[in-house]
Amino acid sequence: MDQGAQTAAGNSPAAAAVDPLLDVDGVTLQYKTKEHLITATYRVGFKVYPADRFVLLGPSGCGKSTLLKGVAGYMRPVEGNMRLKGVDIKEPGPDRVMVFQEFDQLLPWKTVKQNITFALMNGGKCKTQSEADEIAMEYIKKVKLDRFEDTFPHMLSGGMKQRVAIARGMAMEPDILLMDEPFAALDALTRRQMQEELLQLWEDTHFTVLFVTHSIEEALIVGSRILVLSPHPGQVKAELNAHHLNHDNTADPNFRELQQKIHDMLFADRILEEELAAGQGDQ
Amino acid sequence: MSTTKTLAEPVIRPEFVNENITDAHTGDVAVQLSFIEKIWNINGVRKAVILLGLVGLWQGYTVGFDVEPLMFPSFVFSLKTLINDLFQGDLIWKVWFSIKVLIYGYGAGMAIAAVLVLWGTSSRLGGDFIAMATAMFNPLPSIAMLPLAMLWFGLGTSSLVFVLVHAVLWAVALNTHSGFKNVSTTLRMIGENYGLKGVPFVVKILVPAALPSIMTGMKVGWAFAWRTLIGAELVFGASSGSGGLGWYIFESSQNIETEGVFAGLFMVILIGITIENLLFRNIELRTVARWGMQR
Repeated sequence: MDQGAQTAAGNSPAAAAVDPLLDVDGVTLQYKTKEHLITATYRVGFKVYPADRFVLLGPSGCGKSTLLKGVAGYMRPVEGNMRLKGVDIKEPGPDRVMVFQEFDQLLPWKTVKQNITFALMNGGKCKTQSEADEIAMEYIKKVKLDRFEDTFPHMLSGGMKQRVAIARGMAMEPDILLMDEPFAALDALTRRQMQEELLQLWEDTHFTVLFVTHSIEEALIVGSRILVLSPHPGQVKAELNAHHLNHDNTADPNFRELQQKIHDMLFADRILEEELAAGQGDQ
Repeated sequence: MSTTKTLAEPVIRPEFVNENITDAHTGDVAVQLSFIEKIWNINGVRKAVILLGLVGLWQGYTVGFDVEPLMFPSFVFSLKTLINDLFQGDLIWKVWFSIKVLIYGYGAGMAIAAVLVLWGTSSRLGGDFIAMATAMFNPLPSIAMLPLAMLWFGLGTSSLVFVLVHAVLWAVALNTHSGFKNVSTTLRMIGENYGLKGVPFVVKILVPAALPSIMTGMKVGWAFAWRTLIGAELVFGASSGSGGLGWYIFESSQNIETEGVFAGLFMVILIGITIENLLFRNIELRTVARWGMQR
C-alpha cells in the first residue's frame, strides 16, 4: 500500500462525492537504456478528478514525463495500475491526447487545419470531412489562429505551433488532455501569454488536464492541484492545492509562501542527497 | 606580480524615453539592382550562356577546321539528324521502347522495395536483411547481372527488367528504411495517439515523414536504372525486331553514322535531364520543399 497516495486522496474534499477520472495507484515505471534498467517512478499514486488542472511538478529525473507517457499508454507499469474511468490503460488512444514540448509534434506535410482534421478523422471523432473542417475551424478561432488555417507548420512561430497542438488536442475533446512541458521551449513573454490563454480556454469548457512542468511558478499559475515529486526515482513528496492562484496574485504573500514551501521541499532533497553522498564517502 | 590594474567602470548617463516614434524612412535602404544584374542573377540565364558557349566551340571547331564528319560531325548536323530520325525515322519508337522497359523495371523495383521495407519496419530480422542485402548487392553493378539474366530469361524484355529491378531495389529500400528509422519519436507517438497502427501508420505517418529520404532513394534508383538500361541495350537491344535507344546508338556506330551516335547520346541526355530536373524536382517542390522539410 502506498501510504502517501492514500493520505493525499483522503485530504481531497471531492474524493467522497465524485469518482476520480484517472486513478494512478502504486505505479512503478521502468525503462531500459543500452546499459541500465532505470526506475523512473517508484510506487507513485494520485487521483485526478474531472475539471482538474493537475500538475506533476518536480526536478529533472523525477519521472514526471515518464509518468505522463504511462498515462498516455506508451509505457506499461511494472507494478501498480492506472485506470481511466475505471478501465485499465493498455495502449495509446484518442481518449487521452498528448501535447508535447517539441515543435515537431505537428505533421509538417499538413496545414494547420489539416493537422486538426487529421486527428479528428483518424481518432474516430468525425465521420465526414466537412464535419471535421467545421470543428477544426472552431478550435483554430479559439486559439486565435484564424487566417493561418491554410499555413504549413514550418511558417509558424514556436508559440503558434504550440497553439495548433493545443487546438488539436482540445478539438479531440479527450477525457483528459496530457501536456508534457508544452511551454518549456518558448521565450518568457510568449510562455506567459500561453499560460493565460490556456487558463482562458479552461474557463470556457473546464476540461481536465494533466500538466507536467519543472517550473514551480508555472505549476502554481496553471495548476489547480500540484503533485510534488522527488527525484531518483520519482516518489510522491506532497499533493498541494493551487486553485486559488493565477497570474494576478503572483506578488501575493500566499503565492510567495507556497512557492517557497515547494522550493524548500525540492531543495531539502538535494541537501539530503549531498549529505548521503558525503556519508558514503566517509565509510 | 601585483601590479594594480584599474578596472573600467560603466559611465552613468542620463535616461531618455522617445515619446513619438515615427515611421522610419527606409527608402534608401533597398537600392534597385540594374537590369543587367537582375538578368545575370537568373540561374537559367547563366547556365544557358555556358551551354551556348560549349555548342559554339563545338560548331566553330568542326566547321572552322573542316573536320571530317565521319569522325566528328558538327553540332548542327547531329541535331538535324536527331530531329530527322525522331520525326521521319523510327527513333521515337525506340525511345518509347526504352521508356516502357524502364517503367516496368522501375515500377517492379519500387513494388518489391515497398514489400521489403514493410518487412524491415515490422521486424528486426527484416531490417537486418535490408542492411545486409544492400551492403552485398550495392557494390555489384547491375550491368554485371546481365549475363546471368540472359541465361535465365533469354534475350528479351524480361532480362532487361530483371537488371533494372536490381538497379532500383537496393537504393530505394535502403533509403526508405533509413528514412523510416529517422522519423522522430514525437511524430510516431502522435500517430499512435490518434489510433494509427500497422499499414495505415506506415502510409499516413512514416511515408510522408520520411519522404525526403524516399525521394533520394528514388532519384538514385532512377540514375542507376537509366544508365543500366542504356548499357544493357548496347549489348542486346533488339528483341523481336524492335530495339531501344541504346540499340539505336549501337546500330549507328556499326553503320559508321557518327552523327546518329551523337543524336542518340543527345536523346539520352535530354531524357535524363527531363526526368531529373523536371519530374523529380517538381515532385520535390510540391511536397518536401513546400512542407519545409527540404530547401
